[in-house]
Amino acid sequence: MTVNLIGLAREVYKGLPTTLCAGCGHNSITNHLIKALYEYGVEPHKLAKMSGIGCSSKTPAYFVEQAHGFNGLHGRMPSAATGAKVANRELLVLGISGDGDTASIGLGQYCHMIRRNVDLTYIIENNGCYGLTKGQFSATADVGSTQKSGKVNEYATIDVCGLAIELGATFVARSFSGDGKQLVPLLQAAFSHRGTAILDIVSPCVTFNDHEGSTKSYAYVKDHDVVLHTADYIAGGREITVDYEPGTVRDVELEDGSHILLRKLDLDYDPTDSMVALRTIHEATGRGEFVTGLLYVDTKSEDLCERERLPRSPLVTLEEESLRIDRDEWDKLMHP
Amino acid sequence: MTQRSVNDFTIRVATVNGSGSQSSNLVITNAILRLGVPVAPKNVFPSNIEGLPTWFDIRVTSKGYQCRTRDVDVLVALNATTWQSDVAGVKPGGVVLHEAAYPVGGETLRDDLTYYAVPFAQLAKERFADKGDLRKYLMNMIYVGALAQLLEIPAEALEEGLKAQFRSKVTAVELNMNAIRIGIEYAGEHFEKRDPYRLERMTGKTEGLLFMEGNRASALGCVMGGCTVAAWYPITPSSSLCEYFIHYCEKFRVDKESGERKFAILQAEDELAAAGIVFGAGWAGARAMTSTSGPGISLMAEYAGYGYFAEVPGVIFDVQRAGPSTGLPTRTMQGDVAFAYSLSHGDTKHVVLLPANVREAYEFGMEAFDLADRFQTPVFVLSDLDLGMNSWLAAPLQYPEKPFDRGKVLTADDLNRVPSWGRYRDVDKDGIPYRTLPGTKHSNAGFFTRGTGHDEEARYSELPEVWKRNLDRLVRKHETARTAVPAPIVDGKGHRIAILAYGTTHHAVVEARDRLRDAGIEVDYLRVRALPLSPEIATFIQRHDRVYVVEQNRDGQLYGILRTELPTHLVQRLESICHYNGVPIDAHAIIDPLLEAEREPAVVAE
Repeated sequence: MTVNLIGLAREVYKGLPTTLCAGCGHNSITNHLIKALYEYGVEPHKLAKMSGIGCSSKTPAYFVEQAHGFNGLHGRMPSAATGAKVANRELLVLGISGDGDTASIGLGQYCHMIRRNVDLTYIIENNGCYGLTKGQFSATADVGSTQKSGKVNEYATIDVCGLAIELGATFVARSFSGDGKQLVPLLQAAFSHRGTAILDIVSPCVTFNDHEGSTKSYAYVKDHDVVLHTADYIAGGREITVDYEPGTVRDVELEDGSHILLRKLDLDYDPTDSMVALRTIHEATGRGEFVTGLLYVDTKSEDLCERERLPRSPLVTLEEESLRIDRDEWDKLMHP
Repeated sequence: MTQRSVNDFTIRVATVNGSGSQSSNLVITNAILRLGVPVAPKNVFPSNIEGLPTWFDIRVTSKGYQCRTRDVDVLVALNATTWQSDVAGVKPGGVVLHEAAYPVGGETLRDDLTYYAVPFAQLAKERFADKGDLRKYLMNMIYVGALAQLLEIPAEALEEGLKAQFRSKVTAVELNMNAIRIGIEYAGEHFEKRDPYRLERMTGKTEGLLFMEGNRASALGCVMGGCTVAAWYPITPSSSLCEYFIHYCEKFRVDKESGERKFAILQAEDELAAAGIVFGAGWAGARAMTSTSGPGISLMAEYAGYGYFAEVPGVIFDVQRAGPSTGLPTRTMQGDVAFAYSLSHGDTKHVVLLPANVREAYEFGMEAFDLADRFQTPVFVLSDLDLGMNSWLAAPLQYPEKPFDRGKVLTADDLNRVPSWGRYRDVDKDGIPYRTLPGTKHSNAGFFTRGTGHDEEARYSELPEVWKRNLDRLVRKHETARTAVPAPIVDGKGHRIAILAYGTTHHAVVEARDRLRDAGIEVDYLRVRALPLSPEIATFIQRHDRVYVVEQNRDGQLYGILRTELPTHLVQRLESICHYNGVPIDAHAIIDPLLEAEREPAVVAE
């Protein structure tokens, strides 16, 4: 039997059968997640799967069934994930959200999670519409994009990646549900990153947003996806054996000693420069395109648990003797 | 001069917010305590940083009453804007100690009051010309001296009061004592005592007691209750609870060598997020709390419902203020009882603790974490502005002897011993299921927590019988909580009528019962300390002809809960008495309507 580096079979990383529509981009993302988690060797008991409400937020049931899941409230997953992480910093927190959950009802919590640099991987399964309520526009729908009925979106789109960088996010990537080759290493790099890792994954809704006139359809996305670089994830301690022409690869070392190797395509993109990232995103949007790859990474910032100087052993493990004031000090308080 | 009035009167200090009078008020309060005389200070302040009127009432009470009184016997008038209405509010026979520059004439000249004028501003200008910004504080200390001279408070007590206030910082104590002496000297030289009010040293009432605000006591409850995660959004009157918690955690929970902090206290972006952090942390196994007031409770409704239905522990302190809406942020109310009890949509019932005093603010603060863990549910601690922000005389808080009760948590070892488990199975028939924590190293440990319909194995389900079974189990759990929450306290028995109250209303009930007894009416008393209602409450009502439910809200919120939950024949015995003007309830707010209601049947009989 084939097993991963912690001796677990790929089966362990699977979940219940999906209840989403056949062909939904989210199902592809789930499969890429299973691959990424399996190859990464995530211990199921240390994985905390958190989500909000919506089609995307149902997906934590569809992978790593052994792990604890928290399907919370609409737009409020970031706060619950923050609480879970500070309570037990040993958990690998994986948040799954959607464009409605993140960019509309949950925009405030999204922003403040980023500000705090909570150590988690935050995935936005972005299809530009509300699937469960039958296809209304979300705030990530592009201006001029249409609904099935022909209704045109006239409101400005919220670019969750640009916003994240503006807010000081320390890991921001964009990808496409159909590009597992790029997505899997990006996911693994996100797991390794210490801090909030944002992955905006364009994930077409086959039922409500896959028609002509939609800018989140399979056809549109395939035509307008500008891939910045291909990526390879090299786990910490492993030798880098990938063969690249000298000067064609950017090597980003992540906080845990792992690497993500980004192979240049058309342009030499520097993912450590936030100004470059913002300009690239805006220019692509202006051309009706979207760029995919690791848009921005900062491996030097402290995450929330470090800033709060939390003990190495998780807060959940602390007992009376380390939490209560001792008797002498108590007496002094009560008899000033 | 009328007869002497010793150790039983109320001083009202009328000042302007931001004028630095708080220290002076506390010095005089502490000085009175040093005489062994019980004292109850109440700050009636505006929602404002600077400029609006504020009053500080110091009730001196040999019997030890802690509630507010309507009577103002001694007015210290230091606010020109409210000068007229302040004088109008003094009880006949009372005293007005005022800034000499205020005009005394017309409405402000009453022949039933004794006036003492002190040129506070002028004295401060002459004597503290070089003190810059400190001058306004020192001016306030002059009134302390003048008042002390009038009330015969000895200088030693004042000095002790100053030491308590300034933590024995020698220069501060000396500087302020000098200012106080100016007031003493001025009063000594210019006043002839013409009023009955004076203080005398007494014993047996205040020994060993200290002043503490409810919010401080609750914060200590959080520390001793093992709370490690707190999330809050600043809101009056609850902010100081979290600020005290931060203070004590930083003092006692930081490792001196490594700098590691055994707590995470996050200022959230709003109360939605504060609640989310709490229930996320609770789900992960930490003891977590948030502290807020009415408007915050409104925002927390969604996560409160989630916590109830998904069965996640979390503690929510609600230091109630006057509502509805933004209401009066700096005034008090027991306004959230009904709302908190069923907070969130659908059929929701919460555990609600109702502390009445500093001791309970601390003990319930601690116990809330045990109850939240044991019942895997949100627990509300409903304090109010009066308890939370005012200083109360209290006995030293007791060191906890019990370990934490973490409830039904299965470890990896437990999971090895049981053939199978289901997150929402009612194994013990008490409605309380078993849970596992994320991070438990066992292949069966994981489960999926959700706010949607779920079966005993935590699987999504829309089946009618599964849905109903789960709701019925939650009722069973609530019934189990009924006898696990703090039981009511009953005082007196065998009389026909009784009072039922909760929270800070208690202190007015104590005085009201004494006064009614003096008038020949004996009233039994039951104090509710938690929801769900204890079975004892029905038994108590059964034993009385009439039970007056007294509370500080307009609509009789606990009265409403009693009406819903008790059998009709008991409901008929209940009468509602409500007080809701924003200031803490006093004894007359109970006595007057009670006497009126008691007279009515007699009139009918004629």
